[in-house]
Amino acid sequence: MTNAQLIAGDPGWLIAVKAVLVFALCVLLTLMSVWGERRLVARMQQRLGPNRVGPFGLIQSLADGVKLALKEDLIPAAADKVIFIIAPVISVTTCFMSFAVIPFSGQVTLFGKVTAMQLTDIPVGVLYVLSIASIGVYGIVLAGWSSGSTYPLLGGLRSSAQVISYEIAMGLSLVAVFIYAGSMSTSEIVAAQQQWWYAVILFPSFIIYAISMVGETNRAPFDLAEAEGELVGGFHTEYSSLKFALFFLAEYVNIIAVSALATTLFLGGYHAPPGLGFTEAWLGGWFTMIWFFAKVILFFFVFVWLRGTLPRMRYDQFMQFGWKVLIPVSLAWIMIVATLRVLSLNGAPRAATIAFASTVVLLVMLVNFGFENAKNKKKNTPFAEVSDPEFAVPQLPITVSTINVSTGKKGDQ
Amino acid sequence: MSDHVEPMKKKEISVNDVEFAQIEQNGPKNLFTQMQGFWVTFATMFKKVNTVNYPEVKEPTAERFHGRHQLNRYDDGLEKCIGCELCAWACPADAIYVEGAANSDEHRMSPGERYGRVYQINYLRCIFCGLCIEACPTRALTMTNEYELADETRAKLIFEKDDLLAPLRAGMLMPPHPMYPNTTDTNYYKNEIKSSHPSQEVNN
Repeated sequence: MTNAQLIAGDPGWLIAVKAVLVFALCVLLTLMSVWGERRLVARMQQRLGPNRVGPFGLIQSLADGVKLALKEDLIPAAADKVIFIIAPVISVTTCFMSFAVIPFSGQVTLFGKVTAMQLTDIPVGVLYVLSIASIGVYGIVLAGWSSGSTYPLLGGLRSSAQVISYEIAMGLSLVAVFIYAGSMSTSEIVAAQQQWWYAVILFPSFIIYAISMVGETNRAPFDLAEAEGELVGGFHTEYSSLKFALFFLAEYVNIIAVSALATTLFLGGYHAPPGLGFTEAWLGGWFTMIWFFAKVILFFFVFVWLRGTLPRMRYDQFMQFGWKVLIPVSLAWIMIVATLRVLSLNGAPRAATIAFASTVVLLVMLVNFGFENAKNKKKNTPFAEVSDPEFAVPQLPITVSTINVSTGKKGDQ
Repeated sequence: MSDHVEPMKKKEISVNDVEFAQIEQNGPKNLFTQMQGFWVTFATMFKKVNTVNYPEVKEPTAERFHGRHQLNRYDDGLEKCIGCELCAWACPADAIYVEGAANSDEHRMSPGERYGRVYQINYLRCIFCGLCIEACPTRALTMTNEYELADETRAKLIFEKDDLLAPLRAGMLMPPHPMYPNTTDTNYYKNEIKSSHPSQEVNN
């Protein structure tokens, strides 16, 4: 039975129970991931990280949360009060909503009912997630705008530009998955990956999604919206107390959400890795949930790893990367995938497929060669000599050069 | 001043006088080299952690760490401080307050004429620069390695003479008591008194 059939007969109370479970899980995961991130980043910097509150510092983030809640809640005089209060609510509700369509497990028995750990299964589940994510941007934009202060405004503008541009690449990277799975329903995409994970067969899509999900969540190295050195705190500079806590919660739930979506679409969802399929029946099917969260945590580790390794990108480089690299590459990749899919669905001979594939490879090589050539040409062309114009002009300063401390030899001037 | 100093003209320090060379600007590294950073952070996770679990584990300070001050004694127990206030004058943070008083034969705290009757160091002001130690003519004032000086009230952080005085060691007598028989403060200064003399106990 598919997940859609399994959850179709859910009574109302079961849906409510599942909703509460999903919510609790998200909050718990957030608390744990804040702690985990701090511990991991600390390790990467040869520190210990929080280790004083509770065993291994496990309830550090809970203590921080309580502290945040007890702080004074400030609303700046220049702020637009209503929107200022609504913005964090939008942020946090939207990121929780995207969990509704994520299948956490296969067939399980919950309170005597055979069901699956998935709140709802709609035929356009992934589109739903994407649209909810877009609404989440409103939270950021409105927070930045309503604060009535420059830094939050700049941060809000930056992050909305960022999230919107990377959403395009993200959406495009998912198209290949839709083409192969023949469905936009999350559970059916998981079912379609029984044999091969899409991370393997659609590797370029996976890479593009992985990059754009970091951009989408405003995380290092793409955390330009919260660049502490430039924008204080970005869009949430003016927020304090529980409202700030909501943004904090939203950020981490968002990370878990995009990781969960990546797991669902590319890493086979709740299915065990190839070769370990027998584990799926353990614990009455609940073991599939463990596989799911193992994969999500793997993604989360990559998030932390990126943060621990890479410096923040420059804004123009970041935008250039999104618009000039990720989007064209995914467009080209979609064309290739679509052609291959049509070829195989129409029963084209294997020779035709191979011919097409080799043409593509040849084209890619040609384009790459062209790029390299252009780069070398640019590198090797000397700067044009500047000749004095006919009319009188003040003397040009000498060519700017730098002092080379290591050799101290006289260079060009 | 008879010599008139001409300001240097801009032309005299030409940019061309400095030796220049163009730095070779290497292009971006290849992908593999760029990825090496990930290995660095990953490998660091399994390295020994540098953190010292401070309140539980205390590492010794540097040998000459500037910690809390101490007012020293001569080996017979008399105080070294002569109440000269040089430390207070040297202090850039105005953290030291000294009031000197005259010694008498009945009440002798230090060899010589005077002693420090009041001696206070305000640790809310002290910057631990050690200039007071350099200023002290009798080495009465030195610094210990003790650094745990936090407290709850401001008043508690003004250390009185009792808090600062070095404890009595073996062979020392609690002043006031007379000087070692047949000595002057010069003998004390030259560190010739190695222990207290029985006759010094009389007053106690």
